[in-house]
Amino acid sequence: MSSAKLPPLPAILIANDLLTGDTVFYSGQGWTRHPGEAQIAEDEAASLGLEAAGQEAMRLNRVVDAYLVDVVLSAGGIPVPRHFRERFRLLGPTIRPDLGKQAEFPGLAAQAGQTR
Amino acid sequence: MYRYDEFDAAFVRDRVAQFSAQVERRLSGALTEDEFKPLRLQNGVYLQLHAYMLRIAIPYGTLSARQLRQLALIGERFDRGYGHFTTRQNLQFNWIQLKDVPEILSLLADVEMHAIQTSGNCIRNVTADQFAGVAADEIEDPRPVAELIRQWSTAHPEFSFLPRKFKIAVTGAEEDRAAVAVHDIGLRIVRHPETGETGYAVLVGGGLGRTPMVGKWVRDFLPKPHLLAYLEALMRVYNAEGRRDNKYKARVKILVHEIGIEAFRARVEAEFAQLDPQRIQADASEVERIARYFAPPAHADLPDNPPALRRARAANPDFDRWVEQNGFPHKVPGYQAVTLSLKGIGEAPGDISSAGMRLVADLADRYSFGEIRVTHAQNLVLPHIRQEDLHDLWQALAAGGLATANAGLITDIIACPGLDYCALATARSIPIAQALATRFAAPERQREIGPLAIKISGCINACGHHHVGHIGILGLEKRGEESYQITLGGDAGNASAIGEILGPGLVAGDVPDAIERLVAVYLAHRKPGEVFVESVRRLGIQPFKTAFNAEIRHDAA
Repeated sequence: MSSAKLPPLPAILIANDLLTGDTVFYSGQGWTRHPGEAQIAEDEAASLGLEAAGQEAMRLNRVVDAYLVDVVLSAGGIPVPRHFRERFRLLGPTIRPDLGKQAEFPGLAAQAGQTR
Repeated sequence: MYRYDEFDAAFVRDRVAQFSAQVERRLSGALTEDEFKPLRLQNGVYLQLHAYMLRIAIPYGTLSARQLRQLALIGERFDRGYGHFTTRQNLQFNWIQLKDVPEILSLLADVEMHAIQTSGNCIRNVTADQFAGVAADEIEDPRPVAELIRQWSTAHPEFSFLPRKFKIAVTGAEEDRAAVAVHDIGLRIVRHPETGETGYAVLVGGGLGRTPMVGKWVRDFLPKPHLLAYLEALMRVYNAEGRRDNKYKARVKILVHEIGIEAFRARVEAEFAQLDPQRIQADASEVERIARYFAPPAHADLPDNPPALRRARAANPDFDRWVEQNGFPHKVPGYQAVTLSLKGIGEAPGDISSAGMRLVADLADRYSFGEIRVTHAQNLVLPHIRQEDLHDLWQALAAGGLATANAGLITDIIACPGLDYCALATARSIPIAQALATRFAAPERQREIGPLAIKISGCINACGHHHVGHIGILGLEKRGEESYQITLGGDAGNASAIGEILGPGLVAGDVPDAIERLVAVYLAHRKPGEVFVESVRRLGIQPFKTAFNAEIRHDAA
């Protein structure tokens, strides 16, 4: 894949877990449900590495629909996507703060600088 | 209600077994996602932003108490304790795990339900008037024909891989409450002007989405025994000639639009002339068997407006308002249908908890012959309530938060799941609905404004029917932000119409004020008795457009 198609940096790799459908992030070692543990690609080489990990995980049927998302690191240390769609994905439905990762990981929304 | 015969039951069980094996093969890696996706979609399984979503068919919006209880159980055991009713009278669970789907489908089969053909390029769940069998303006109950079409279209080998999805709606009433004109095929049960025989008027090529169109008449009167042959002819023309090169131009509305209704009709009639209706139509005995399931329940002989009801209404203004707003006249004296609003102020439209489902199921058993309807406006209906029981019912509903007296009013807003859940969405819908409902919450204000349908979609696919909202709201992305386009003058009923865009898109925070300005134009100019959309038709769009654009912040343009 050419770097022209890669998103701006820094970036993380996001996907859905095959079994559960849950939004997951690539940590460098495997897949994590906590965005704070996502590996952040700061340069093109790292970005290509993440992309290759996504392709491999899809080939192995571990995840579905893996793709790179460009992020900004929040003051709380969470890579927060620049696009609102991926921000909603990161935390859960904006209308149900009692559901999704924002509920599962207390403090996550605040760490991500996203008030709900 | 329809009950599965041994063929229906075996078919659904076989399908559960088949899909369970497919899930197993997917989880083992024997099937790739590309191979699996069309299979899961044909069984109602989508992959959304946070989880898999399962869309369960509720044929023509009719549910039994037992079925609703099973949905409550599934919601509790496999989801997050709630479900979402859709504009196609279906139910969606938002937090499903793929590994659980086989067990869920099996639980559905236990109560004669399934998720077959709730997605994919096939004939989808057939929808109908929620007041079927109840409404006084009904020529005939549309459910027997809806069930017949369901049986005919389920796994129909010729129509399982159409150019695109295909939606059919049926009404048997004079007033269209099923939005038949914005379906691929809309059927209206009509009486022949000379013979008095009942048959079907057939509309084709309606639809919403990125190219909204009102359906066109392809047949004024189709004799009943010709129905399936005629549908087969129509589907064949579409299947053969509908575009497959561009999914955005693949719906039948585009074909009808491109070749014109006259040419389309000629092709359907030519195809129909080659078919033998008798061979295709179900046996008369089978048609009768189906119809018998929809025979009216054993209503008692009761007076209209009994003293107990009059007293309760006089004593309790909240109850009186609820009966006035959410009641619907029943053709049998002494009875009433009631809408249970799933539009509590600040709630997500169409969402109901498992506890709420159980409450409704229990009340349906106690007061409504165990029957519940789902409306395309994302509410529920108890169709057969004794008027003398209305007060007890209302009290029980109020205790469960299901007695909001807003059916058909400005806070009875249709909204798709939008970007809070849906992978296709471009913007959120539910928060806009919540903000508007909160803004217009005061009951007296809502009553003063009167009937007004606001419909919100979170993307151009228009699941929230925004094109046919009296006020429509479409959520889009503009320069990296959510932006909302407002349309005016749409109508889903007899005067079906597509709304017109008023001006530039708005940021979410500006939507309530903009809707206020539209309402203000109506209140200032309405004639006595004239509802919002009638004023729009009489005045034209211009005065609304002027008010709408008067205060738009330039940075939102």
